[in-house]
Amino acid sequence: MSGATYNGSTAERRDPGFFRRMWAMVIKEFVQMRRDRMTFATMIFVPILQLTLFGYAINTDPKQLPTAVLTRDEGPLTRAVLAAMKNTDYFKFTEQVHDADELDRLIRSGKVQFAVEIPASFERDVRRGDRPSVLVIADATDPVATGTAVSSLQGLIDTALRRELRGPDAPVTKTTAPFQITLQNRYNPEAITQYNIVPGLLGVVLTMTMMMFTALAVTREIERGTMESLLAMPIKPVEIMIGKIAPFVLVGFVQMTIILCAAHFLFNVPIMGSVWLLVSLATLFAASNLAVGYTFSTIAQNQLQAVQLTFFFFLPNILLSGFMFPFRGMPAWAQVVGEALPLTHFMRIVRGITLKGTGLADMQIDVAALFIFMIVAMGLALVRFRRTLD
Amino acid sequence: MTDAATKEIAIDVTGLTKTFGARTVVHDLSLQVPKGEIYGFLGPNGSGKTTTLRMLCGLLTPDAGQGTCLGYDIRTDADEIKRNVGYMTQRFSLYADLSIRENLEFVARVYGVPNPRQAAREAIGRLGLSTRAEQLAGDLSGGWKQRLALGACILPQPRLLLLDEPTAGVDPKARREFWDEIHNLAADGITVLVSTHYMDEAERCHEIAYIAFGELLAKGTAREVVAKSGLTTWIVSGKDLHHLATKLEACDGVDMVAPFGTELHVSGRDRHTLDSAIAAAKKADGAHRWARGEPTLEDVFILLMDKSKDNFA
Repeated sequence: MSGATYNGSTAERRDPGFFRRMWAMVIKEFVQMRRDRMTFATMIFVPILQLTLFGYAINTDPKQLPTAVLTRDEGPLTRAVLAAMKNTDYFKFTEQVHDADELDRLIRSGKVQFAVEIPASFERDVRRGDRPSVLVIADATDPVATGTAVSSLQGLIDTALRRELRGPDAPVTKTTAPFQITLQNRYNPEAITQYNIVPGLLGVVLTMTMMMFTALAVTREIERGTMESLLAMPIKPVEIMIGKIAPFVLVGFVQMTIILCAAHFLFNVPIMGSVWLLVSLATLFAASNLAVGYTFSTIAQNQLQAVQLTFFFFLPNILLSGFMFPFRGMPAWAQVVGEALPLTHFMRIVRGITLKGTGLADMQIDVAALFIFMIVAMGLALVRFRRTLD
Repeated sequence: MTDAATKEIAIDVTGLTKTFGARTVVHDLSLQVPKGEIYGFLGPNGSGKTTTLRMLCGLLTPDAGQGTCLGYDIRTDADEIKRNVGYMTQRFSLYADLSIRENLEFVARVYGVPNPRQAAREAIGRLGLSTRAEQLAGDLSGGWKQRLALGACILPQPRLLLLDEPTAGVDPKARREFWDEIHNLAADGITVLVSTHYMDEAERCHEIAYIAFGELLAKGTAREVVAKSGLTTWIVSGKDLHHLATKLEACDGVDMVAPFGTELHVSGRDRHTLDSAIAAAKKADGAHRWARGEPTLEDVFILLMDKSKDNFA
């Protein structure tokens, strides 16, 4: 070095001080933030999207709940009772059935939230003052979903009969109602919140952990520089994918065993259906989440983005799947979004098996949905996976 | 060297071109590497060496050009090429969180080497790492990392090795050992294409190719490349060379002035004008010793680099 241009003097350099050094850091952080386009976009766009999405979608007072009817008596009084139920806006008659078995099946499969049975010779019995019973069966797996609808039944008798039972043969006394409503809360008769939440947690925990594991799978290789070697080796993308997913299926299996044991022994959640069916479907669910995570991994450019994607997918899964808020309380468009999330289907499966004892036959759609989800995610991941460094 | 035409060709590519956005990183590159030869690939940073190596092993698709690697088409037979080529990346790309043994077993399994455990154990023995087999690869020193990476590359017994600056940042002893190993491999019939910045390494290659800014500027043996450059060099020694260098740089006929310790290498492409420039300088300055010298490979390359246009500018 020539002495003329470089004298190495440190005395000339002033200590820039706390604020300047801190400011240097602030500028650097902002520049880096701006450079990562995806992160920048998610900071502004995603909060707005999610706020509007969830703000409009979530509703804890679900109305228009699907209800099946079995009428053994076709009289004006029957029509009046049904009309009154309909007028509460909580019940929407979607199925007309002809025997009690079908009614049971509909409610067990989750197709309807309520089932109403009007007994034979209902009208005659009312007029005779025999006080017959109208049976209302509620699927109480989720106590929040049925709560307000059930309480609306209280005033129903009065409204229903005010018009119909006027006239000379009115048997109505001022003190007793002309018929009664027998409410049968099925599957979770004591409306214990844990029975609903704890099995649901199985799905939530699996979603979060499984997705996170594989979301980092590809980006980590890229960030650590091992991807270049890996791509130069004679190994195919599908082999890499399955090789990365398979170990975590086992992890998911262990995880679900722990949660199921805890659910059963600590929270006394009943397991009415087949444990094996539950375990195999939970494994399928874990695999489909792993596939989603892997897909994110092929989209994200670094590990941070992969984690962000996971979170943005996780939130709607929690809020729109029926885990926290009743699925049927959401507007139609939100239900469509919900149907596209794997957790929604697993929520039905896990609650069905634990609380209702549902079998595979009643859950075909949900099982198929999980399968489709997994296949689509894997397909997408394979398309997205770059075999070269181009 | 026997007649090149009778030799089997391991790499034979013509017109390779690769563009990233508006930047042409490799332009119309042709290369023939005979089997069993150590072929040095030289050029400044960003000259397209890595990109070329990646195109040869199927990691990048060329935008134009065609050719074969071990007889397999580089455009269509990527799978076959990957099975028979060992590619050693510039950056350490084994798994830092796996042990030496686990890394080698992984490689053996991916390549379908029979009995991967034994193959890994043997490779560890060859590397002289038997006592450290369980050590994490990430904890190794730079030199050992490179040796391990080479070990992993040759474990599946490839017929062609593509080494991307394998000795960058490695001490001279480890470098020497690394090159001895490469010569052993070549003696066994493996073809080696190795990129490097070190001139001493270039001189250890059977043949070299010099590439700058994506274009191949010279190829042949080290001696041929120097001879073909038409460069003439004078060596000046004495005191206060820095000021002399500044003066000489301004002279007609002087293309390059480079300090080498206590000497100054003054080179020019045109022998006649250089000689007259030197004669004039000699007359004006009696304090230095002047002698005719041999241009080094480095002189040639720096000149080539200055001559070629910079497509990054």
